[in-house]
Amino acid sequence: MDFNLTQEQQQIREEIRRVCGEFRDAYWRDIDKKRDYPDAFVRRLTELGWLAALIPEEYGGSGLGITEASIILEEINRSGGSATVCHAQMYTMGTLLRHGSEEQKRRYLPKIAGGELRLQAFGVTEPNAGSETTRIETTASRRGDRYVIHGQKIFISRVLQSDLMLLLARTTPYDELKDKTQGLSVFIVDLREAKGKIEVKPLDLMINHHTNALFIDGLEVPAENLLGQEGVGFRYIIDGWNAERILVAAEAIGDGRWFVERAAKYANERIVFGRPIGANQGIQFPIAQAYARIEAADLVRFQAATKFDRKERCGAEANMAKLLASEAAWEAANACLTTHGGYGFAAEYDVERKFRETRLLTVAPVSNNLVLAYLAQHVLGMPKSY
Amino acid sequence: MNVIVCAKVIPASSVTIEIDPATKCMVRKGVPHELDPAAASALEEGLRLVEKHGGAVTVLTMGIGDATVGIRNALAMGATSAIHLFDDALAGSDTLGTAKALAAAIKKEPFDLVICASEASDSYSGVVAGQIAQLLGIVPLTFAKEIAVDGKKINIKRQSETGYDVVEAELPALVSVTSGINEPRYPQLKGIMAAKKKEIKKYTAADLGLGPDQVGASGAREKVLTVGRPPARQAGKKITDEGDGGKQIANFLAELKII
Ligand SMILES: Cc1cc2nc3c(=O)[nH]c(=O)nc-3n(C[C@H](O)[C@H](O)[C@H](O)COP(=O)(O)OP(=O)(O)OC[C@H]3O[C@@H](n4cnc5c(N)ncnc54)[C@H](O)[C@@H]3O)c2cc1C
Repeated sequence: MDFNLTQEQQQIREEIRRVCGEFRDAYWRDIDKKRDYPDAFVRRLTELGWLAALIPEEYGGSGLGITEASIILEEINRSGGSATVCHAQMYTMGTLLRHGSEEQKRRYLPKIAGGELRLQAFGVTEPNAGSETTRIETTASRRGDRYVIHGQKIFISRVLQSDLMLLLARTTPYDELKDKTQGLSVFIVDLREAKGKIEVKPLDLMINHHTNALFIDGLEVPAENLLGQEGVGFRYIIDGWNAERILVAAEAIGDGRWFVERAAKYANERIVFGRPIGANQGIQFPIAQAYARIEAADLVRFQAATKFDRKERCGAEANMAKLLASEAAWEAANACLTTHGGYGFAAEYDVERKFRETRLLTVAPVSNNLVLAYLAQHVLGMPKSY
Repeated sequence: MNVIVCAKVIPASSVTIEIDPATKCMVRKGVPHELDPAAASALEEGLRLVEKHGGAVTVLTMGIGDATVGIRNALAMGATSAIHLFDDALAGSDTLGTAKALAAAIKKEPFDLVICASEASDSYSGVVAGQIAQLLGIVPLTFAKEIAVDGKKINIKRQSETGYDVVEAELPALVSVTSGINEPRYPQLKGIMAAKKKEIKKYTAADLGLGPDQVGASGAREKVLTVGRPPARQAGKKITDEGDGGKQIANFLAELKII
């Protein structure tokens, strides 16, 4: 059991810290206020190769593991930024990498690695199918050498910042299926050619998230853009879940560390009743408690990441990491806000922004309730509750 | 063209420097290290030159085991290979001893150009570059704020107090660069990955044919007698504005011959 990062992992952490140092609080605050996309930040990470970390070397990336990728995202959040703006460029291609044909991989991956193509949108959720993915209604019907797609999606992030999108659609009607996890397929949609066939409606959210409602009407996709086999798309999506959960856990840990650092600093500086507020146990204990929870979650995160990189089963650890880390971050967010008193609500302290942002991680990409349902059923052997 | 960049690896900027009272040397063991930003600028020039003219950049560092971090960083930035002079017998060398070791290592390699920082950001002696040139018998071009190579000719703009001089020489030569010469690049992720596979040659003092009379504490001719703090700054002059504040400030600046 070795709890230390390798020299290379440590170097990755330091390099990301350095790059993030170019994009300070004011940068993120301004982007948040204007509901902009942090293009300069994403471009910088791209040109330095960080978003191609998970793409194998033969396709132009660096072939690193989830452990390293998670360190990259953690450091972005820890610096005060938000990794959600670009994390999907890192891992959405995983579905293509695992299930795409050699031809598809050669066509897209090198360009994704080089940043010429952005693939950072994945259309799964629908108004009538949130947590229950197998209920999606968007349909793709085969017409000769193409599929024609109709339907509606919601909360589909970064569609306007992507060239390609992966789309989950139904290829067999629900009622005709014995196994309800079958009948869904994943398509590579070239958004540059989809004009007029997909209406993109940006959603106004509590956080700056570039997420949209999509209305898809007669979108034609060449049959060669079907990913893997028809009908097993749900399986492909599940395959990506563990990676995503570990990465999201790392982002939460980055947030948590940011909150704890800021809270401890402010607690030492702010003088009330003639002494630093940090001298009060009511202030320091919640921060210390949050710190301990984050450190504990971090161990599960690295355990999950290590198992993932060794190609061992890690569903339980990946889910637990996401659960524990997102909750620890939320606890830290609250401790940080309490510590800052009224100033926590002032945008210029950045606490309220990070507070809003970190709350998402308990809900999306999967709600923690569903994580608990997974643990209860698949790890503890209790009945399926949903 | 073959470029050798002499790059010092120094205690990281986050470290509070401590002086060992016995040796009067900076405490280097056990503190985090990084590539000297001044050396990173020298390396950046080397990289730009070989990107333009072809060739290879070798990084040359004398230092303790912790220097590996900085050497890896230089390799990740794009240096082709590295040489690490790593030997307890070299510890405590003065500037001349350091220059002898570096020059001896340079002699083992084919080179057209040696690039150094004008001075290292930890000890600021500023003499090693000139000493190396002397030992190698090549021309030193110092304080370069711009370098251009054309065939066998090298041309620099030498920073002066009032502007710059244009200085030209034949290769092989040595150039020392000012810290503002460029903005050193960050390593790319691919560079970090590639650095793992690059060679770091290691030499001891004996490999360089240098004995205890030339290098290390025993070979040092320079002795640090005392190390002290600069005198505390005097309190500033306070001017209360009673209508003539502007005038008083102007007089004060005039006294200092600033205006
Ligand atoms: C900012 C943002 C970005 C997003 N980006 C994307 C994206 O890019 N692509 C994409 O496809 N989706 C995206 N989503 C959608 C996200 O994955 C879903 O919101 C999430 O899966 C939950 O689905 P839902 O919102 O429909 O909630 P519902 O499924 O309606 O659930 C509502 C609540 O009920 C709980 N619940 C439901 N069923 C059970 C049960 N059986 N037991 C216990 N509790 C239950 C849930 O946990 C939740 O708390 C995004 C969402 C947000 C907010």
